[in-house]
Amino acid sequence: MAFDKLELRDIEVWDGNLAVAQAMRQVQIDVVAAYPITPSTPIVEGYAKFLADGYIEGEFVMVESEHAAMSGCIGASAAGGRVATATSSQGFALMVETLYQASGMRLPIVLNVVNRALAAPLNVNGDHSDMYLGRDSGWIQFDAYNAQEAYDLNFIAFKVAEDHSVRLPAMVHQDGFLTSHTAQGVKTITDDAAYNFVGEFKPMNDMLDLDHPVTHGVQAEEDWHFEHKARQHRDLMLNVVPRIHEAFDAFEKLTGRKYNMVEQYNMDDAEVAVVCMGSSVETACEVAQELRDQGMKVGVVGIRVIRPFPFKEVIDALKDLKAIGALDRSSPNGAPGMLFNEIAGALFNTDTKAALSGYVYGLGGRDLTKEHLRDLFKELKVNADAGKVTTQLQQFIGVRGPKLAFL
Amino acid sequence: MAEQGWDEFEIGAMLRSFNGEAKDVALTLQEDRDYSSNNSFTASVADWRIEKPVFNKDYCIDCQFCWVYCPDISIISRDKKMIGIDMDHCKGCGICVEVCPTNPKSLLMYSEQTDEEQALAAWPSKDEGEK
Repeated sequence: MAFDKLELRDIEVWDGNLAVAQAMRQVQIDVVAAYPITPSTPIVEGYAKFLADGYIEGEFVMVESEHAAMSGCIGASAAGGRVATATSSQGFALMVETLYQASGMRLPIVLNVVNRALAAPLNVNGDHSDMYLGRDSGWIQFDAYNAQEAYDLNFIAFKVAEDHSVRLPAMVHQDGFLTSHTAQGVKTITDDAAYNFVGEFKPMNDMLDLDHPVTHGVQAEEDWHFEHKARQHRDLMLNVVPRIHEAFDAFEKLTGRKYNMVEQYNMDDAEVAVVCMGSSVETACEVAQELRDQGMKVGVVGIRVIRPFPFKEVIDALKDLKAIGALDRSSPNGAPGMLFNEIAGALFNTDTKAALSGYVYGLGGRDLTKEHLRDLFKELKVNADAGKVTTQLQQFIGVRGPKLAFL
Repeated sequence: MAEQGWDEFEIGAMLRSFNGEAKDVALTLQEDRDYSSNNSFTASVADWRIEKPVFNKDYCIDCQFCWVYCPDISIISRDKKMIGIDMDHCKGCGICVEVCPTNPKSLLMYSEQTDEEQALAAWPSKDEGEK
């Protein structure tokens, strides 16, 4: 192939954005159609620079909006290329219509979502509003808690999405600024090993196969639409999880880094745990370890795969607890938070006696401090000792003004 | 096909134009191509036509204007000779009549129910006011 390879050090100092751009270079994306938006901008800029410098054989398509960016990706993917892009927040919101097209058309696009709050008020910092907006769109959703994971999960996302038994698009989430702009040591994979892990792109029903002409994006009314949606849901529910497990295992063999559908930290004999996502997981782990050192049996559960939701793994991780705190970094606007709802749904038909309470935190990039988490673990311990939720079911953490609690 | 279950479709809301491989399709006449049942060529899509074009070959000069302008590829032409209209796909838009340069025209619009023989028998004569 007509491009140069890069010799990476074993450990490079990368932020989350650069880590993703490097991953996109290493798997040799054919087409990136992008409309850069803070804080994901350096991902597509990074790809464009690698392309201009001759490290990629591909194409960068500059478009007039995020709607057009994902539309371009859909066209390129249907044509038969390996395709990826990145976005955040308002751009993600503008993409939503086309996200459903991509998943319905079964196109294995990888979208890096650098999570950021949704206006109004306008805000460029990290929360999970955009991540939550995409959760019904039919995409596989991976969540990275740091730059290393953002790098690693891109390879896994391509491998899973492009499998012919899957053929569904995948998002890799990372927290805006906290992950995307925080440089850390990232353990690298060589160009050859990274490319070989994902493998050569194998097209399926591609439009450039001129001997087998196909029409993509057809209309199907009440007579066929339901069957197509049912098939898509079935494949997401049944075909994706085995491929994710295979990809996680293969990745562990390659790098020694082990990923799980649901990550568990200090959970062996835990009585109390918080469930969260994104960069909050690492903060919670640190606090949990400190409280462990003081004799409290506390743990942390991180959701690694948001869709398909790891229903069974969540039950296994949480069923023996006495108290659970579900942390949602997105305003549910009139309902319990998504994690609260999903966990409640998973545990409802089990014998668990765990007291489940929900917390909304960190909107618009508000810090979740160690002090917040210490207080939270202590409140959950009270629930555990009482055998029931002693507070209201939904509380806000870290917001100024009189305490907010509902339900 | 309308009765197929969720497990009987190819994924991706995707339809194939041809059964099997479509080798040299550009050099194959439409009627000789192995179109799939999903291809609109195999179905009549003319049911919204209210007026139909009638072709009178006595006046046709085979200029191919109608073939070029027809938006539904419904003018059947072989070896640059106009031989008729594909009434399964013609929507009755009248563009072929509009662009026909002969005097009188070789194509005229009639109501869908009009008998073609009667239309041809009563075809207008040359308009002396025009060149």
